[in-house]
Amino acid sequence: MDNVTTHESVAHSQAHDHAHHEELGFWRKYVFSVDHKVIGIQYAFTGLFFLLFGFTLMMIMRWQLAYPGRPIPLIGAWLGQDRAPMGIMLPEFYNQLGAMHGTIMVFLGVVPLAVGGFGNFVMPLQLGAPDMAFPKINMVSYWVYFLGGVTMLTSFFLKGGAAQSGWTSYPPLATLPIANGQTMWLIGMIFLITSSLLGSINFITTIVQLRAKGLSFMRLPFFVWAQFVTSFLLLLAFPPLEAAGVLQLMDRVAGTSFFMPSGLVVSGRPLTVAGNGNPLLWQHLFWFLAHPEVYVLVLPAMGIVSEIIANNTRKPLWGYKAMVYSVVFLGFMSFIVWAHHMFMTGMGTAMSAFFQTTTMIISIPSVIILTALLLSLWGASIRFTTPMLFALAFLPMFGIGGLTGLPLGLAPADIHLHDTYYVIGHFHYVVAPGTIFALFAGVYHWFPKATGKKMNETLGWIHFWGSFICINLVFMPMFIQGLGGMNRRMYDGGAQYAHNAGLLKWNLVIGFAAWGLGVFQIPFIINFFSSIKWGKAVDKNPWEATTLEWLAPSPPGHGNFLTEPIVYRNPYEYSVPGAAKDFSPQFEA
Amino acid sequence: MEIPYIVETRPDTGLHNGKLGIWLFLASEVMLFGALFSTYIILRVGAPEWPHGELSVLLGAINTVILISSSVTMVMAWASLKMNDWGTHRLYLVATFALAALFLVNKYFEYSEHLGKGEGPWHSTFFAIYFTLTGLHGLHIVGGMVVMAYLLGPGAKMWKKNPDQFANRIEATGLYWHFVDLVWIFLFPVLYLL
Repeated sequence: MDNVTTHESVAHSQAHDHAHHEELGFWRKYVFSVDHKVIGIQYAFTGLFFLLFGFTLMMIMRWQLAYPGRPIPLIGAWLGQDRAPMGIMLPEFYNQLGAMHGTIMVFLGVVPLAVGGFGNFVMPLQLGAPDMAFPKINMVSYWVYFLGGVTMLTSFFLKGGAAQSGWTSYPPLATLPIANGQTMWLIGMIFLITSSLLGSINFITTIVQLRAKGLSFMRLPFFVWAQFVTSFLLLLAFPPLEAAGVLQLMDRVAGTSFFMPSGLVVSGRPLTVAGNGNPLLWQHLFWFLAHPEVYVLVLPAMGIVSEIIANNTRKPLWGYKAMVYSVVFLGFMSFIVWAHHMFMTGMGTAMSAFFQTTTMIISIPSVIILTALLLSLWGASIRFTTPMLFALAFLPMFGIGGLTGLPLGLAPADIHLHDTYYVIGHFHYVVAPGTIFALFAGVYHWFPKATGKKMNETLGWIHFWGSFICINLVFMPMFIQGLGGMNRRMYDGGAQYAHNAGLLKWNLVIGFAAWGLGVFQIPFIINFFSSIKWGKAVDKNPWEATTLEWLAPSPPGHGNFLTEPIVYRNPYEYSVPGAAKDFSPQFEA
Repeated sequence: MEIPYIVETRPDTGLHNGKLGIWLFLASEVMLFGALFSTYIILRVGAPEWPHGELSVLLGAINTVILISSSVTMVMAWASLKMNDWGTHRLYLVATFALAALFLVNKYFEYSEHLGKGEGPWHSTFFAIYFTLTGLHGLHIVGGMVVMAYLLGPGAKMWKKNPDQFANRIEATGLYWHFVDLVWIFLFPVLYLL
């Protein structure tokens, strides 16, 4: 807090200009930085790395599903005897890949990028704040997250490999002494949860306390509202999982039986544990976090999309207030829907009836937000920039993801669909072509703010259309497979069951689409790095946007704004009748 | 630009940043211990039988008195700071630290007695809960002691430079300390008496 100093010069902040007249050394400025923008970029880079890593795990799994028992090309020889002898994947390794794909994508990829990356970089700027409320805690939360990531990665190299009980880590399977990776998984999760807690305290305090003069709550950009509700979900839903993680860790290392029932027989041998535990308890504690976590994944994406749609339609968002009330209501409701993940556990019809009712209710605010965004397009002369393409794709993709969730939220329909590829298709539509597309949109949209350069539109166009087609070919066939009864988490793709015979061919389609999707990320990677150096230099407001972050220089220096910003109007005053230009920024009187 | 409202309160919210931060942190702590107490309820309701009289009520009661006293000394440490009485503040803060240490010494005797009898967390659901809940609570005590040690040692220098901010820090520490105390006030009847 003491070392926040004002810099009038824009040049100081340029990433590659750190040579002389700067009192902070390299380590304090770029590694252990307390500046929210540097921390945001650290989060974003690490998050993007983990997204790519988690996706790579999936591309390896997709080979095994498309061609069960055939040696993995290119990297198979390097995986080692414990994972893939002669390049042929062992079932245990398949389970590790599955569990770690989920864990990495959710906790190390999407959330750090959406909340840690965009939240940290954009939110204080949109508030007109000089930094986060607690800059040092902000730095700690990044480094604790980093430690959690390292813990997860190193678990692959332990004897017995990484965690292999799925990202949900249901006991008793997860508590069995096989695979030390599970213990590392729990320790890693405790790091990640701690990081999220520190981050969310910082976010909420910043939004409540550091709003610029004139920036009332109903003048906040929708992105800030989304981050605000997200932070409350992280703050209040993560601690129960931390408790559950501690209890499972005790089960694994101290010999307790919180989640271990009595009289369990494994591989023909009775298990010697104290017993009297309750495996369902883990599921309740886990989903008490993990359902709000779904909204942690989605809300920042909705926030990003709202910003980009308002900017590129050159119109105010349709129904801004309804969207704000919806997002708050959605936050509340997300705490009382968790057991719709557990209809099949035998918890009873009364419980199922309650949770299916709340689940139907929570779809209402989601639909209101999506409808408001859709209606915002009506009658607009849309600018089809790369960020807008991704933002527009979010709407139908999230729509498909959401609508296919309804049958899963109804207990009778869920009996048929539970644990099939239909579920995989459903939540991936929400998170992959939904949230991750929104995150790409955000990268293209705020890249000029972070670097002072614009990303290449042609490469962006190729990236978008290639990804859009491939990702639908990956997930659409999963609905067919799931409705046909194909189970998830099958190491041979389900070939052992006769009823899957007609469905296996889709595994080839999905496999090639997934590898194609990998190929279409190459233009993005090239575009990202080459634009930092050779991108078209832009001024502080290249998109002619209205929110406060576009008042700060691109890239903003330490302390963000040259003069204290004052807010005069609502966030999306585009095409105001009688105004001289088609955008009236919040910061202009 | 400097970060505003580190010391002074924001007029429309009536808070300084640190105060909101510590309350949010405590909200998350409520959820953490709430989940653990829920675990206790669910496991106890589902248990075929539940042991009684396993723990020494006397030691537990002494520890309850110790922690409640430490909450009082904590308040006095803050109040004397507000009255600009640095010497009394130091005395009360040292007393709080000492009481916390005393609590842990007591806890050590309790733990070693049970572990000596082979009643570790692996022994039964009751002892699993006992060790996990009191262990996590003990970690919170240690955390509080680390903060107090900092405020007694290198952190005390801030009093000269910025007395208001230092008083805010003592207040935040106090809020946390009362919470840790409150958790124990729930733990004592739940584990020792019921």
